Order: sequence, then structure tokens, then C-alpha cells
Amino acid sequence: MGAFQSSPGQPEYVDLKEKTGFSISQIRVLHTRFKLLGHNGETLKRDHFNSIPDLACNPIRSQIIEAFFDRRNFRRNGEGPVDEIHFEEFLMVMSHFKAPSPRMIEERESVRREKLRFIFNMHDTDDDGTITLEEYRHVIDELLSLTEDLGKDTAKGIADAAMREVASTSMAHMEPDEFFEGITFDHFLKLLKGFEIELKMNVHFSMMDTPTFCK
Amino acid sequence: MAELQPARCWRTGFFFCLLLFLSVASGSLVVVSGSNETSGGPAGDTPEDPHHQTNSTTHKKAFPVLSFNYQDVRKPFVISLWILLALLMKLGHRAVMILIGWLNLSFTESLAALRLICSVQLLLTRAGPTSCPNALLDNKEPSVTHVVSSRHETQGLHDGFHIIPNISNVVPESCLLIGVGLLVGGIIKAIGEEAPVLDTKLFFHYLLPPIILDAGYFLPIQAFMENMGTILVFAVVGTLWNVFFIGGMIFAVCQIEGVQLAGVDLLSCLLFGSIVSAVDPVAVLAVFEEIQINELLHILVFGESLLNDAVTVVLYHLFEEFSHAGTVTVLDGVLGVVCFFVVSLGGVMVGAIYGLLGAFTSRFTTHTRVIEPLFVFLYSYMAYLSAEVFHLSGIMSLIACGVMMRPYVEANVSHKSYTTIKYFLKMWSSVSETLIFIFLGVSTVAGPHAWNWTFVISTVILCLVSRVLGVIGLTCIINKFRIVKLTKKDQFIVAYGGLRGAIAFSLGFLLTDNERKNMFLTAIITVIFFTVFVQGMTIRPLVELLAVKKKKESKPSINEEIHTQFLGHLLTGIEDICGHYGHHHWKDKLNRFNKAYLKKWLIAGERSTEPQLISFYNKMEMKQAMMLVESGSAAKLPSILPSVSMQNIQQRGSGNRRAIPSISKSREQEIRKILRSNLQKTRQRLRSYSRHDLMIDPFEDNVSEIRFRKQRVEMERRMSHYLTVPTNRQETPSVRKVCFEPEHQVFTYDNSESPRDPRARPDPGPLDAISLVSESQGPNQSREPRAKVPEEQEEQDQLKLSRCLSDPGPNQEEDLS
Repeated sequence: MGAFQSSPGQPEYVDLKEKTGFSISQIRVLHTRFKLLGHNGETLKRDHFNSIPDLACNPIRSQIIEAFFDRRNFRRNGEGPVDEIHFEEFLMVMSHFKAPSPRMIEERESVRREKLRFIFNMHDTDDDGTITLEEYRHVIDELLSLTEDLGKDTAKGIADAAMREVASTSMAHMEPDEFFEGITFDHFLKLLKGFEIELKMNVHFSMMDTPTFCK
Repeated sequence: MAELQPARCWRTGFFFCLLLFLSVASGSLVVVSGSNETSGGPAGDTPEDPHHQTNSTTHKKAFPVLSFNYQDVRKPFVISLWILLALLMKLGHRAVMILIGWLNLSFTESLAALRLICSVQLLLTRAGPTSCPNALLDNKEPSVTHVVSSRHETQGLHDGFHIIPNISNVVPESCLLIGVGLLVGGIIKAIGEEAPVLDTKLFFHYLLPPIILDAGYFLPIQAFMENMGTILVFAVVGTLWNVFFIGGMIFAVCQIEGVQLAGVDLLSCLLFGSIVSAVDPVAVLAVFEEIQINELLHILVFGESLLNDAVTVVLYHLFEEFSHAGTVTVLDGVLGVVCFFVVSLGGVMVGAIYGLLGAFTSRFTTHTRVIEPLFVFLYSYMAYLSAEVFHLSGIMSLIACGVMMRPYVEANVSHKSYTTIKYFLKMWSSVSETLIFIFLGVSTVAGPHAWNWTFVISTVILCLVSRVLGVIGLTCIINKFRIVKLTKKDQFIVAYGGLRGAIAFSLGFLLTDNERKNMFLTAIITVIFFTVFVQGMTIRPLVELLAVKKKKESKPSINEEIHTQFLGHLLTGIEDICGHYGHHHWKDKLNRFNKAYLKKWLIAGERSTEPQLISFYNKMEMKQAMMLVESGSAAKLPSILPSVSMQNIQQRGSGNRRAIPSISKSREQEIRKILRSNLQKTRQRLRSYSRHDLMIDPFEDNVSEIRFRKQRVEMERRMSHYLTVPTNRQETPSVRKVCFEPEHQVFTYDNSESPRDPRARPDPGPLDAISLVSESQGPNQSREPRAKVPEEQEEQDQLKLSRCLSDPGPNQEEDLS
């Protein structure tokens, strides 16, 4: 793991810029934020994320936090969860939310795959390459977790309907005794074909306010 | 071609009916016009018609058995005739060709049909335009000319309609309608009447609001908000740039010697610029709806055309004021800026207040469903008028009202009222759009023109140049702030889509009369015609040539909805982690505020707490249910209803049921009612014209008989498969499947069901089972091919019974394990 000095100087920033594609100023802003979140420590733990006040009312908070501690999102062919992340990993995760540059028409497909992979990994908690019904139900549960008076049944119904939709779009005809194991990444790509994620899953890093006052 | 057959069939049938109706109507028209002529001819004084008529026939004061009094009803009669004409034209440009082709009408027959239209127009000219009734009072044209000219025009019309089939693919509807307007205007002029002009009051009070309300109510709010910054820049800065560039350059042109324009001062040039530079929502809508461009570009151009209204209004009033006063001070400029904010924000405020009121009212309409839609229309119209009272931006007020009202109203009103609202909005906007374009054509013929080559040509060129320069310059700035940059293609389409339209014309018409007004009007009309005809016609080929992304065919997909929600929360989360208060952050805050306060006040009953995902899900379920019933059997539409049942997905025999228990009793009742009412009228729906489609029925478009039969076979195959499933299969006995089967089959499965793995079963109690059946009864029932069920209730009871028997309760299961 990239062991960093407490305040990386310009050379490290350049290195990170090449790895992640962020600009120097973006890295600097993110680093300030990183240190703020980690109370000037070198690493971030789950607790640090849990203590972000704005995140508290996000229904999929736990999934977002898990995504930061998932080796699959570090672009390093790793697997499984980690306990703490350094700034480099933090940047790596963040870089999934970077806007594609305008001239990347031919790269669009790859950007799309990458972004969808990130979401797919968020759903696929047990890391077996498919989103099973149980996992999908969990996603819906989380998504609806802030509405109090809903039974689990509604979430289940939605997940079932969604799963049926996947099955019917990816497999044209299924015999009743065939078994649909779950959503593979290919299904996932096909499923969200009309969903222009490359245009949607973007955060405006360049216009970031100084993150100091918003704790 | 095969799949076109049924559509064409009924369409021609429909048109034939219309023709029949028209012939009857025209009979009366002939009577009307005939008597009008006979009485009007000799007497020469129309207001005395009735007396004259009765006197001349009886000569005694006997009781008039049949009296005639056209004057009393003339105005509404004329109005309805205009609307009828508008509708016929809308219908005509597509249906007439099919009619002629299919019926193989003989020349005389089609001539007769066209003569009907002519007589409508004739009557119009006799009765006169709605806007200037005074002109008609002295209607003394001898009847001979009428006949002659009608013959003549009939011929012309006939030729016109024969050309239409060939060009209607190339020419947008707006152009055709303007053409029709020109024709009608020509007829009117040829007869020697005074043609009606696009009266400003009529336009702003009656014709414009429906279109804007329709646009505002169905505004894709998500896309609009996401691109708000860009739209605002284009609408405000872009329009300002256009006004000053065009105004300044026109002034410069006027200074050139030898063009006889020396008398035009700078202020009137700027005034002219402010009229001619605003993009027109009506024209943009008409053209962009047809080319089906992607949502981003559509909302950019359309949003700009909506929001630049405030700028135009302010600048127009400002320059008009100045050109009267003659001097401009710095203070005036400052006041102008303040005025802009007052006009735009004030308009939005007024609209939002009325919108909230409307939403609040709709909360209490549970017992008077019939008048629900009217509230929406009235509140919006009031918002528009109230804004106009203070010279605020009426358009922005309408938009704000529609946007504000929609989510709450939709949650409150019944399904039928919702459809009614949709239908009425579409109907009104469609009629007024047609009327606007026809009137535009008519008033072009009517209006006094002062053609000045230099002025007109330089105006057209300047409009194009300033639009291109403005878009390119502004995108340079905007792209620095946008996440998704605007490409060169996008810029081109945005620049090219800057169509001018009827608003500019009406504003130009408001100018104070002087020798410049006619010249300005002519130039404005030329610009409008140039943009609508040249740009409107070429934009479609250009879009195809440049391979600009088209609008995607949107099928409601629950997965996409899930991921929209998911992504929203994810991005909010990431922004929060970054400590960056961006777009998603504020959207989230707004949503939360909405949920916490507004929804509780404005939405009645249980739906107020319903998250978006669930309401989407419910809506989808309902739609599927309706489609199923309408199509008669599920075999036809595998694309809509997933052909895969839960048994293919479920791991074990566990919860393989469709759990939609959260649908409330009332909702269930609603679904059931719709199902029942739709059962009777399965296939007699009318297909409406494309832009105003109410419900996009994907299956209706491409269902051919062959495909239908194929699906049938497929379904039967599947059914037989069900029937031959070995009884000892343990994995996949499903409740769902049981529901499909005829009753006696249930028991066969019952046997196979018992030895299934009980551990994973989340104890479906008997109660659960019952509710499940009644639930699944809605969407699923008609999957069963034999279920052409008018007696739902009976069947439901049977099913319920069989389910109770077939589904073992939890106790039984424990015993088994």
C-alpha cells in the first residue's frame, strides 16, 4: 500500500495525477478533505465516514462506505474488504466519479463499463460476479430504508419485479425448469443500456468549495 | 406494410365518417350561406337579415315557423368554424392522402370533399374573422364571385392536397399549416374581404396559454433542473447579446447611404432587435417534437425559448418607453435591470403560489372527481392572467404553476382525471398551435407590407450570424462549468434550432403605428418564415446527417428507476464525503423538505409518504394490468410483461410469489375498476396523432397478425409444458404457476408442492395466501388464455378457494419437516 508522508508534496501529487487523472488542484482539495475527515491521520477508517453528519440520512450510506473499503474499486485487481484506506485509495475510488473528457467518444464505452462496474460491485456484496436475488432485495431494502411504514414486502415485490425484468430481457425464453442465477455483469450492461450513466455518474470536483467550513 | 393495414383501415374509416359528417354540416352550411346570400344580396344590410327574411316570405305577422337569425350566433359559429378548419387541416395533411389512395376516390368525389372545405372557408369569409367582426358587417359581395372563386380555389386546393402526400415527409407540419393559412388568406383576399390578422389579444390571451401550460405541465423537470444554468445563460445572456447585436448592426445598416433608411433611430432598432431575437416556444415545440432529438438538446433549446420571455418582455417595454421618451439615462438602465428581476422572479412567484393553491385544492376533491381537471386549468390560467396584470412574465408564471402543481395533483386526482387532464392539455395545445400557424399565414397575406430589400435581407443574415456567434461564444463559457460538455454538434443544433415565431409577430403587431411599423413587420414575418421554412425543413436531414443522438425509446423499466434512485443517493453521498455542496446535495435537501412538509399538506391520504420508487412500481403494475386486459391475453406482449416467472429466479421453492401486498385496498379497487371497465372495449381505442398521443402503447405499434399468432403458439406451447411437468419435481412449483392453471390443475400441483423444502419458506399463512390471490388477480389473471373473464368475481372466488386448498399453512409445513 502506498505509504504516504503526512503531507505529500508536489511529486506525489504528480504521481497521483497520472494514476487517477485528477488535476493537481483537485487532488489538493481532496487531500485537504481527506485530512479533515481523518483528523489529520494518514488513513481513514469506517468510523470516520460514519461520523460525517450529512451522510447520516443517506439511505444507502453503508453501501457507499463499503465501496470505499472494497479492493475491487482500487483498480488493482484486488478483492475483499480492507479496514483502512490511504489517500491514494481514496482518490482511486473518487476517480470513478470523474466526468469523462469531451473528446472521449471512443472511450465512452470503457467509461461506461467502468462506472457500471462500480455500481455492480456495490450490489454484488459477496463478490461472486452475480447479483443474486437476495443481494438485489437488499439493495432495494436499503434504498427504501428511510421510509418507516413500509413492510419488507414492498421492497421484495419491487426486487422481484426488477429481477423478472432482468431475466426476461437477458434470456429471451426460459423453460420453467431453467434457473436464472442472478445478474451477471453482462446482463447488467445490457439492462442499463439506455441509462446514460457516463453522463450521469459525475461529481463536479473542479468547482469544489473549500471544504473546511462544512466539517 | 402488413402491420400498417389495420391502422390505415380504421383511419380511413374514421376519415370517412368525418367526411360524412362534413357533408351533412356542409348541407347546412350551404343553406346558411345560401340564405345569407339571397338575403344579403338584395338588401345589402346584414343586420336586418332576419326581419327581411321573415317579412319577405310571409308579408303578414304570422307566427314564424322557421325563423332565421344568424347574427346572434355568428361569433361562436365563426370561432368553431375556424377551429374546425384547423383540426381538418391537422387531420388533412396525413389522412387525406390515405383516404384518396385507399378509397380511390373519383375526381368528382374528391372535388366534392374539397368543395366542402372551400364552402367552410367561404362561409368564413362571409361571416368573417373572429378578431375583427366589424369588418364583416358590411358584407355585400355578390354571390357570383363567390361561386366562381370557389370553383377556382377548389381546383387549387385539389392540386395542393395531391402534392401533400409527397412532401409531408419532408415538410414539418408547421410549414404546411402556414401554407394553408396563406392559401386561406389568399382566398379571403381574392374574394375581396379583409383578412383577419393574428390579433395580439387573441393570441396572448387564448392561443398561447394552452401551449405553454402543456409544455410546463409536461416539462421534463429533471433534465430542466440539471441544465438550468446553461438554459439561463442562453436565455438571458444569449438573448441580450442577440438584441444588442441585431439592434446595433441594423442601426449601422440603416446609416448606409442610399437605402432610404436614414430616419430609423437607434432605439427603434433596438426595439426591433428585442422583438426579433427571441426564440419562440411554439415554433420550437412544433419542429422539435417532430425530429425526436435527444432530451438534452431539446430541453436546451426549448428551455431557452421559455425563459427568454422575461428578457423579451422587459426589453420590449423598456425600449418602447425609451423610444417614446427619446432619452435614456443611466438610471433607466439600472431600473431596467431591476425590472428584469421583478418580471422574471415575480412571474415565477405568482405561478408558484397558484400552483400550491391548485395542489392544495386538489387535496379535497375526493368526492367531486368530475371537476378535478378544471382546477388545474383554471388555476394555471389565473396564474397567467395575474402575471399579465402586473406585466410580469406570464409564460414563466404558467411554467412555474404547471411544474409546481403536477406532482401533487397527480398524486391526488383519480386515474381518470389524470387522463382527462392530459388529454385536455394536449387537445388545447394542439388546436391552438394549429390555429396560430394558420393565422400566421392568413395575416401574412392580410397585413400591409413595406418591403425593403436591404432591411429584410440584413435582418435575416444578422439573425443567423448573431445566433451562431452567441451560441458559440456562450458555450465556450458554459463548457467550463458543465460536467458534460456541449459538443460541436450540440452547438450547431442549438444554434440552428433558434426558430422565431408567432410571439415575435404579435409583439411586432403591437408597435405603435408609424411608417416604420410595416417595414418592421415585414422583416419579422420574413425572419419567421425563413426560420420555420428553411431551418425547420432542413433540420431533420441535418440531424440525420450529423448523426445527432435521437431520443431513446423509453420503456418503463423498473431497473432503470431503481438505478436512478440509487445513483441519486450515491452521488449525494459522494458529494457529502467530499464536503462539496453541489447539485445533488441541494436536490436531496429539497426532496427531504418536500417529503417532510409539502407532501403532508398537499397530498391527501396514504400516498403522501410513498417514496418515488414505490409509486413508480405501482404505476407500472397498473399499466401492465391495463395492457393485459386491453390486449385480451398475455400472449401478445411478452415485451411488456416479463415472460419469465419468479420460479426461474427463485433459489428454492421459497418465497416464489409476487409480493405486492402493500397495494392498499383502495388502490386495488381502482385497478380492478379499470380492468373491468376496459374489458368491454378491448379493441376500439382510437389512435391519436403522434405528438398528442396519450398513452404510448408499444404493443399497438408493431403488432401484426402474424406475430400475434406466433405468440399464441408460443404461449400454448408453454402451457402444454406446464401441463406435462413431471409431478415429482421439487424445485419449482410456484404459486404463480398455479394461478395460471385452470382450476383442476391446481390440485395436481398440490401434490407435488407438499414435499418441497420448507426451511426457506417464509411461512405464508393462509391469510397471506388469500390476499395474494386477490392481488395477483389483477395483473395476472388474463395471462391465462382462457380467462376472457367478464365475471372476475366468480373466478376470483374459485381461485381463492383452490389456493386455500393448495397452499399449506405454516403448521402443515412444520409437520412435514
